[in-house]
Amino acid sequence: MQKMLNWIDERFPLSALWKSQVSEYYAPKNFNFWYFFGSLALVVLVMQIATGIFLTMSYKPDATKAFESVEYIMRDVSGGWFIRYLHSTGASAFFIVVYLHMFRALLYGSYRKPRELLWIVGCFIYLALMAEAFFGYLLPWGQMSYWGAQVIVNLFSAVPVIGDDLGIWIRGDYTISDVTLNRFFAFHVIAVPLVLLLLVVVHLMALHEVGSNNPDGIEIKDKKDPLTGHPLDGIPFHPYYTVKDLVGVVVFLALFSVVVFFWPDGGGYFLERDNFIPANPLQTPEHIAPVWYFTPYYAMLRAVPSFLQSQFWGVLVMGAAVVILFFMPWLDRGRVKSIRYRGPLYKIWLAVFVVCFLVLGYLGTVPVTVWGQFGDMMGAADRATVVARVLTLVYFLFFLLMPWYTARDATKPVPERVTWT
Amino acid sequence: MRTVIRGIGVVLLVAASAAFAAETGLRLEPAPGRRLDHESLQRGARNFVNYCLTCHSAQYMRYNRLTDLGLTEQQIKDNLMFATDKIGSTMTVAMSKADATAWFGAPPPDLSVEARVRGTDWLYSYLNAFYRDEKAPSGWNNLVFPNVAMPHVLWGVQGVNTLVETEYEDREKGEAAAIAAKGLAKLEPAPNGKYVVKTLAQQTPGSLSPVEYKALVADLVNFLDYVAEPARNERINAGIAVLIFLGVLFAFAYALKRDYWKDIH
Repeated sequence: MQKMLNWIDERFPLSALWKSQVSEYYAPKNFNFWYFFGSLALVVLVMQIATGIFLTMSYKPDATKAFESVEYIMRDVSGGWFIRYLHSTGASAFFIVVYLHMFRALLYGSYRKPRELLWIVGCFIYLALMAEAFFGYLLPWGQMSYWGAQVIVNLFSAVPVIGDDLGIWIRGDYTISDVTLNRFFAFHVIAVPLVLLLLVVVHLMALHEVGSNNPDGIEIKDKKDPLTGHPLDGIPFHPYYTVKDLVGVVVFLALFSVVVFFWPDGGGYFLERDNFIPANPLQTPEHIAPVWYFTPYYAMLRAVPSFLQSQFWGVLVMGAAVVILFFMPWLDRGRVKSIRYRGPLYKIWLAVFVVCFLVLGYLGTVPVTVWGQFGDMMGAADRATVVARVLTLVYFLFFLLMPWYTARDATKPVPERVTWT
Repeated sequence: MRTVIRGIGVVLLVAASAAFAAETGLRLEPAPGRRLDHESLQRGARNFVNYCLTCHSAQYMRYNRLTDLGLTEQQIKDNLMFATDKIGSTMTVAMSKADATAWFGAPPPDLSVEARVRGTDWLYSYLNAFYRDEKAPSGWNNLVFPNVAMPHVLWGVQGVNTLVETEYEDREKGEAAAIAAKGLAKLEPAPNGKYVVKTLAQQTPGSLSPVEYKALVADLVNFLDYVAEPARNERINAGIAVLIFLGVLFAFAYALKRDYWKDIH
């Protein structure tokens, strides 16, 4: 065994890689609950790729056969229902895990210097994930697949001047059609996953270069053991975090299994009811809503009124809501990274931001009439629309006012070493 | 060139139609779900092939899959297969979509996954909600699905129901009456500012009593629910095994973690 390893090591740095990236990668010992979601995102990614490969074996990217082939997988392929539910639930789980992973960064300032690039690569992963989910959602070729794609592609048609041509270029047709399905299939199974995998590798490389942040938001590399040169508060990722993350993975899989086996449509949020009707270009469904992970942005899109006879402003706002994430490292002027040592201003703003995101997410799933109308004083406007407008504004204020409120926020003294009880 | 539907237009259209949908005050009757009751499912299969399968297909459902319900292939062949003699065939119908559209105004939908679209409560209520309406093209109308193209296929067994409209002064009294009706009831605003509660009453009895008819519909809906996801029972059973396995795995994983971490200070 050792001889074989030596043989490989002379030709490929296998042991060196294992040491530098895993067994001698020193991570802070004070990781808490929030630090499970990185490894869980990796688990879900692998699961989506594995189940995706098996689905591809039986799925047919053809407008006349796609819906049928999904039902074929659900009924006639052995274990097909299991693979399909893993994949469809996995899509929602991916976003849950990634949203919690991103929230962790907001809690502990993980995007701050020296981790700006790590954060930016992460934002690109989030974008790629949204693209992946969007392309994949067309494939079952149900009514929601079809009309959801129609609405999203039409967002590009709202771009001034080149919009119509851009829409046709994306669809390859004047409307969502077989051509669109074929190219979305190509994007979903090969183009975007390649990008996603590459970005994940870059994300991990950047992480291992700068080292992990921790709930105290202090650099463990500043205090090293003079003898070994290892961080005093660091422990090797393997075996300590491999065994700890294993516990996280088992708990995650248990919760995930509850959905897959007992609640696969997630109450209509993970698999929408109308998506069990085959796509019909001639019949617009009563209520088109994207899947839940896009609904905060969808609510913003709907909330922005048209201006100068153009709906493009809503699209701009929606895009800006994602793009603004990239600037986080430079918007935050706080003297400390972790929420543990920040003052009330950041805590309140972060709480308000989370509430905004969740309520917008809810509003994106329901018709704008859900809360009725205001009286004549307000021009009988839909209550939900007005609320969505306010929340959209607050969403942006969280970012735009960040340089101001983080700089003047009170702080508590940061400890020398990580907190460990 | 400009036939492209503008996305935002679609959004507005959706908002408008959703507002319309929100105004129907319909109380559905909950369907008695019995996914493990093989006898009910078998009766449902019988009802389905006898009453529905002439017009409605279940084109993703194979006959031999009905062995799930405790039937042998011979029993399926003898009792449930009228349109084909190949046990591996799917449940299709001979009627073409074009003919169906010409005869009924709309093609009867495939029922393979209908229960996942509508839900079982809707289906159960819908099949109980037909009433005589001379103004409708088929002579039948439906409280759950107004002006539906489908005629009341089961009228011979259910008998003939008529619509009973009772007017109430305000919404509160109307809602109270709708609740008191203890079954299908629909509350609608009337043009004169009052409220109308619509319920059904039997005019002429059918070959089954009202209770027996409901049982027949319940079996049918139970079967449609099974057809929508034949793997459901298998899924639930597998889920229990998987959770037990993960529970055991958790105990080991947690013990392993505790053991490794005891020397971290």
